[in-house]
Amino acid sequence: MPRRTTELLRGGALIVVATAVVLFGFGANNYQLQAGTTLAMAVVLCLAWNIVGGYMGYPSFGTAAFFGLGAYAGGIAQTYGLPMGLAWAAAALVGAVFAIVLGAILLRLRGHYFAIGTIAVVEVMREIANNWDALTGGAIGLSLPILAGSPRFAGIFFYLAMWALALLALLLTVAVARSKFGFGLRCIRQNEDAASMVGVDVFKFKVAAFVTSGIVIALAGAIYASMVGFIEPKDAFNILLSIEVPVMVMLGAAGTVLGPVIGAIVYVVLRELVWVNFINFHSAILGVIIVAVIYFIPKGLLREFSLTRWRKWTAPPAPAGQG
Amino acid sequence: MIAQYVANGLLIGSLYACLAVGFSLIYGVLNIINVLHGTFVVLGAYMTIYCAQLLGISPLISALVGCAVMFVFGYLVQRLLINEVVAAPVFISFTLIFGLDLLVNNAMIQGFTATPRSLLVDYGSISLFGLSLSVARLGAMALALVLTGALYWLLRHSQMGRAIIAVRMDRHAAALLGIRVPRVYAITFGIGALMAAAAGGALALVYPITPLLSGVFLGKSFVICVLGGLGSVPGALVGGLALGMLESFGTIVFGSQWSTTVGFVLMLLVLVLRPTGLAGRKGYE
Repeated sequence: MPRRTTELLRGGALIVVATAVVLFGFGANNYQLQAGTTLAMAVVLCLAWNIVGGYMGYPSFGTAAFFGLGAYAGGIAQTYGLPMGLAWAAAALVGAVFAIVLGAILLRLRGHYFAIGTIAVVEVMREIANNWDALTGGAIGLSLPILAGSPRFAGIFFYLAMWALALLALLLTVAVARSKFGFGLRCIRQNEDAASMVGVDVFKFKVAAFVTSGIVIALAGAIYASMVGFIEPKDAFNILLSIEVPVMVMLGAAGTVLGPVIGAIVYVVLRELVWVNFINFHSAILGVIIVAVIYFIPKGLLREFSLTRWRKWTAPPAPAGQG
Repeated sequence: MIAQYVANGLLIGSLYACLAVGFSLIYGVLNIINVLHGTFVVLGAYMTIYCAQLLGISPLISALVGCAVMFVFGYLVQRLLINEVVAAPVFISFTLIFGLDLLVNNAMIQGFTATPRSLLVDYGSISLFGLSLSVARLGAMALALVLTGALYWLLRHSQMGRAIIAVRMDRHAAALLGIRVPRVYAITFGIGALMAAAAGGALALVYPITPLLSGVFLGKSFVICVLGGLGSVPGALVGGLALGMLESFGTIVFGSQWSTTVGFVLMLLVLVLRPTGLAGRKGYE
């Protein structure tokens, strides 16, 4: 197919899906709305993580740090009387600044050290939120002003807001994947020293990726905070979130545009179907999913079941020496 | 007064050294972050508690029983599950072990419930140079230090210990010399679990234990290993004592609610400024 046609088809598909998502929002009952919003949030977080963890290949477990930071920044701004939209913008700004500072420090580390560093940041942030009573309300939590209008209106509003952010994250990912920036990130994933040698400004690229990802995650946190109306440290800075998100991305396929979306959908649907019935075994089931993903589909569903792979199976074997 | 804080810091620091040494060993040899470590500590503690309470044997023997069981458990977990991902990128091994940890931890909460348990031994306390030292704490410290020392000695002098060090220096060269690397991996993991169980047993003498604490123990192991330099036994000792002192004095300066945070912040600083740890070079013993 000519490239132009493919592009048109993709654009058309996106519009169809987006329309379906919006229509579903207006027709759904409360449970479906809530599940839909959860799904949208998972998609957002996965796409954002994918820029750092997938394209750049840095094992970040800092998702919860940015999410919690966004939730608290937005929440605190709202309790001080800022309108919701401005509070979300403030959260994005705080996320960006935090990502620059943190990135400049942590992105010097590699491998295990980077992973440990990001986890430590989540722990430190949670303790700060726990203990800084005057600003965050401490362990008791922080209550936000409730959105005016009926609960149903609020439900639809946040559903659409979250999906709008998901769309933004998707377009951002497409832009990253097709740009020189994304190419540079992929170079860094393959070999950071070599990338630096051929002229990729490694440090700047890494911080830029961290900031892009951080802003989106902080925004998701802020929208989440406005939606639930109440946040507490152990929820906002939940280390499980830092693990779940990469697992979802891996389930789909890291370092691709659609992988994180597919992973998030499969994971959230699985969770809704299974966890409702086994509430006591919540984390055990998550554990089983993680183990299964790593043993059986380490490259992700998208790559396992992709067309190219199908062709490779059906095509005659490649001549020796081509790997 | 200051001397009392120093003494407390040293007492808890020795426990911390024992807590982290297995974690550090596994990191050094297998090059993986053992997220299960905290869970191993809690399992060891529970085994000590149950053995002592149900069978009525002394806490020391119970702790050793717990160690033996955990060695076998660790050996099997590595051989059957973790060995598959040992050569994979950090992200894969980390996530897999985290998944295993979620499974075991959930099982523990279901099996043991989240209620804190402890051995509640009261041997009184002795007075030394005007300091009051609880005998149970001294015993826990002795147990921790003896086992850490024994591990250090074994690594340097036993055949298996030298094989472990060889694998850690260069796994390919070690394989060429006829060392069965997968077996060394599994035994190392078993030793790591054993040391975790020992720390758990010692901690059970001093603190109430719940399955929910596994994350705390894991976090402390992280901090200690980074402080002392990831992957060395003396490093774990230095890091453990450093964290013990830090928490003891941090409580005076910042208040007890910040003690965890102080540890983590210091760890981040060390990670960035001096990734080889306070003890300096990357050790091999």
